[in-house]
Amino acid sequence: MGQYLVRRLLIAIPSLVGISVILFAVLALAPGDPFEELATNPNVPAEVRENLRAKFGLDDPVAVRYVRWFGAMLQGDWGFSFASRVDVDTLILQRLPTTLAVIGLSQVLALSIAIPVGVFAATRPYSIFDQLANTLAFVGFSLPTFFTGILFILVFSITLDWLPFVYRADIAETGWRWWWVHFQQSIMPIAVLGLFQGASWTRYVRSAVLDVIRLDYVTTARAKGLSERAVVVKHALRNALIPVVTLVALQLPTVFGGAIVTEQIFRVPGIGSLLISAILANDTPVIMAVTFVFSCLVIAFNLVADILYGWLDPRIAYR
Amino acid sequence: MDEHGLRNLIGKVKSGRLSRRRFLEMMVGAGLTVPMAGHLLLNAGVANAQPAFTYKPTKRGGGGVVKLLMWQGPTLLNPHFAVGTKDQYGCRVFYEPLAGWDANGNLVPILAAAIPTVENGGVAKDGKSVVWKLKKGVNWHDGKPFTADDVVFNVEYASDPATATTTIGAYRDVVKATKIDSHTVRLEFKEPTPFWADPLVGTVGMIIPKHLFDAYRGSKSRDAPTNHKPVGTGPYRFVDFKPGDMLRGEANPNYHEANRPHFDAIELKGGGDAVSAARAVLQTGEFDYAWNMQVEDEILKRLEAGGKGRISIAPGGSVEFLQFQTTDPWTEVDGERASIKSRHPTLTDFAVRDAINLLVDRQSIQDHIYGRTGVATRNFLNNPQRFRSPNNAFEFSVEKANRVLDAAGWKRGPDGVRARDGRKLKFVFQTSINAPRQKCQQIIKQACQKAGIEIELKSITASVYFSSDVANPDTFRKFFADLQMYNTTMPRPDPGLFMNQFVSWEVSTKENKWSGTNNTRWRSDEYDRTYKAAQVEMDPVKRAALFIRLNEILIENRVVVPISNRPVVAALSNRLRAPMTGWDNDVFLLKDWYREG
Repeated sequence: MGQYLVRRLLIAIPSLVGISVILFAVLALAPGDPFEELATNPNVPAEVRENLRAKFGLDDPVAVRYVRWFGAMLQGDWGFSFASRVDVDTLILQRLPTTLAVIGLSQVLALSIAIPVGVFAATRPYSIFDQLANTLAFVGFSLPTFFTGILFILVFSITLDWLPFVYRADIAETGWRWWWVHFQQSIMPIAVLGLFQGASWTRYVRSAVLDVIRLDYVTTARAKGLSERAVVVKHALRNALIPVVTLVALQLPTVFGGAIVTEQIFRVPGIGSLLISAILANDTPVIMAVTFVFSCLVIAFNLVADILYGWLDPRIAYR
Repeated sequence: MDEHGLRNLIGKVKSGRLSRRRFLEMMVGAGLTVPMAGHLLLNAGVANAQPAFTYKPTKRGGGGVVKLLMWQGPTLLNPHFAVGTKDQYGCRVFYEPLAGWDANGNLVPILAAAIPTVENGGVAKDGKSVVWKLKKGVNWHDGKPFTADDVVFNVEYASDPATATTTIGAYRDVVKATKIDSHTVRLEFKEPTPFWADPLVGTVGMIIPKHLFDAYRGSKSRDAPTNHKPVGTGPYRFVDFKPGDMLRGEANPNYHEANRPHFDAIELKGGGDAVSAARAVLQTGEFDYAWNMQVEDEILKRLEAGGKGRISIAPGGSVEFLQFQTTDPWTEVDGERASIKSRHPTLTDFAVRDAINLLVDRQSIQDHIYGRTGVATRNFLNNPQRFRSPNNAFEFSVEKANRVLDAAGWKRGPDGVRARDGRKLKFVFQTSINAPRQKCQQIIKQACQKAGIEIELKSITASVYFSSDVANPDTFRKFFADLQMYNTTMPRPDPGLFMNQFVSWEVSTKENKWSGTNNTRWRSDEYDRTYKAAQVEMDPVKRAALFIRLNEILIENRVVVPISNRPVVAALSNRLRAPMTGWDNDVFLLKDWYREG
């Protein structure tokens, strides 16, 4: 097991270097300039822009810039944002709590819908409940988040006037009031993301459980006289979870990456909105850092998924 | 009326022998606009009439929180590094300049005790120096006094190329800043400078404290902790800042003006898009103010019907306009497309440009696309009113355009496209990707088709089109097309740097890496001469006349076709009272903002 881990980690290194080279090259090839806004302002002389480009090393060849970035990254220096001149790690840490709270809770919501509904539907296939769950799941994942987001705003903020639609991470309240305000403003983004994710996961859970529920060992378990609950939870669900774990584990890095569209609609100051504004501003260090951390997480969670398989199914061995 | 007669009359107003109103009437009778006549008096040292805004609160604080929404939040809080208006807004909450620009393009003192004029001896007669008297009793948020040293420091800080400030343009003509006494500063200029009110004023003039930035000049400028925790003189003190997301401030209990600010705290939230920002102010009332409403007027009108807020429109100088290429963008001369050694094969004919000018349906573009947010105009220089040409007659006529082209010998070919000497009237018309612009392109294309001019439309992503990327052929500075359209902004009420987009030394070429501002590459001795004269003319009336002449040269020669004059549009809650301007930030008088009842 230990050896397996070390080997996997060693394999990860070249892939990460490769990813960073590709990311950097694509960003360097993409058109645009972080000081574009200065270009259209007649009051700012052209030298200012050239001076800034030279100062931030933007005029050097791509290879030189990459080596400089990579060297700094190895020493834990993530560079600083061209747009705010704040260190990139500070920027990411500022956005991280909100991202984890909103996106994390939406994933929890998704799981807490998908697993019970999926299992319940699979144990009673083609019942009214199953039909209903299926229909709703289809509706849920067919509606894109930008649509449901705006729909929610129209209904709950504008027509009913119950909830605010602008998310504010800093709230000058304390105690219960603070929790209440946060609850109010988080419901819509969490629900939009959670329902969308939950809908597609429900389908997976249902089909995975349906695959195992008719197998002989489940029938045996029933014949032994185990309670229906123990049969479903301990015998069927545990085996059905393997494909679901893969899905969820691959989905988890997005908790860090945020949800660009939803964050934009509700103005949630998460990492997704940081990334999109950095892309729009051609703020290379921020884009590099966010996408690089994201790819590290994808690789890490792949590994986590592989290890979880072994726990769920002891027949899988690591060599 | 000659100059001598004018000066006599101004003298009479000054000594009280002639009323202000009577003077204005006489001037209007003589063909001047009211604001221009008013400006004559102001420049001659006669006090201006009071602006309409009155500040009602009688005590400091008690107004609760004022919430501002910007769909692009500020990302940095050092005014000398501000990349765009979003940053300047954020900085202005805490920092103040010596003076700001009001809606009419006139100066309002903020950290200055008074506005310098030639009459009060503040502005030297030769225009080579200006003396600013500073307001006394102003303290920085940390309690240290604001003095002349701070002002001198700002001039040095901004003009040091190693600091790489974005405000350097305003300070490069300042030769020297000297402290005369603790509250008096003199700026000396290289040349006679009629627009002496650029440094230390408005968006480029915000003053940062010497005692906190002195150690961080030049290459160390990024390390200053105060870059992200501003200590200013403004009505609000810094609380918290998350770049691009949220900026918070609390009332400054020692603000240098009585009974201000009215609000106890300020929140400036960033992110999202313009339409939902408009909605949050106009329809749900979650926010008090939203900036830069780049939203179709029809949508704004619908949201305004919600009854919670209103749209504020402040006249500005931004102009959406069509440019004609003067060089040949399709052949290389000495390895350079659109080289100034070449001439455009068809657009150099006045008749062709004149016809296209007649084919741009400005009124329809205003009626169907921009509404209140883009007023049809004939002129390139539209505001402040004192620089506006009295002639704003424009015409849309396909028949007339056809007649002009027929008369010039452009004959329709079998495909309906006009040609002369084997050269067809076929043009590539480029602009940035932006829904209203594409609609505009269509309107122009259809009209041109009726007159036998074929137009191929090209639209380029804004981030490419407006970039300074030397390797990319599609930037607006390179202008490798026949026609192009975009909006040029005029952030200051003085047209000096605005009108330099057509002088010969600003031509955008390979040699200057296409960084020149003259994209049309049009050159004219008369224009150059007039521009140079305007840059040193100290008499405001003569100077205004020179700028009006510059505009006329552009229009008469059909160098450009102005389409619409874009004002500064903001959304305000119905109860919020806030003076707005198109020549400075909307928050330039944040100290005066208050909420009614």
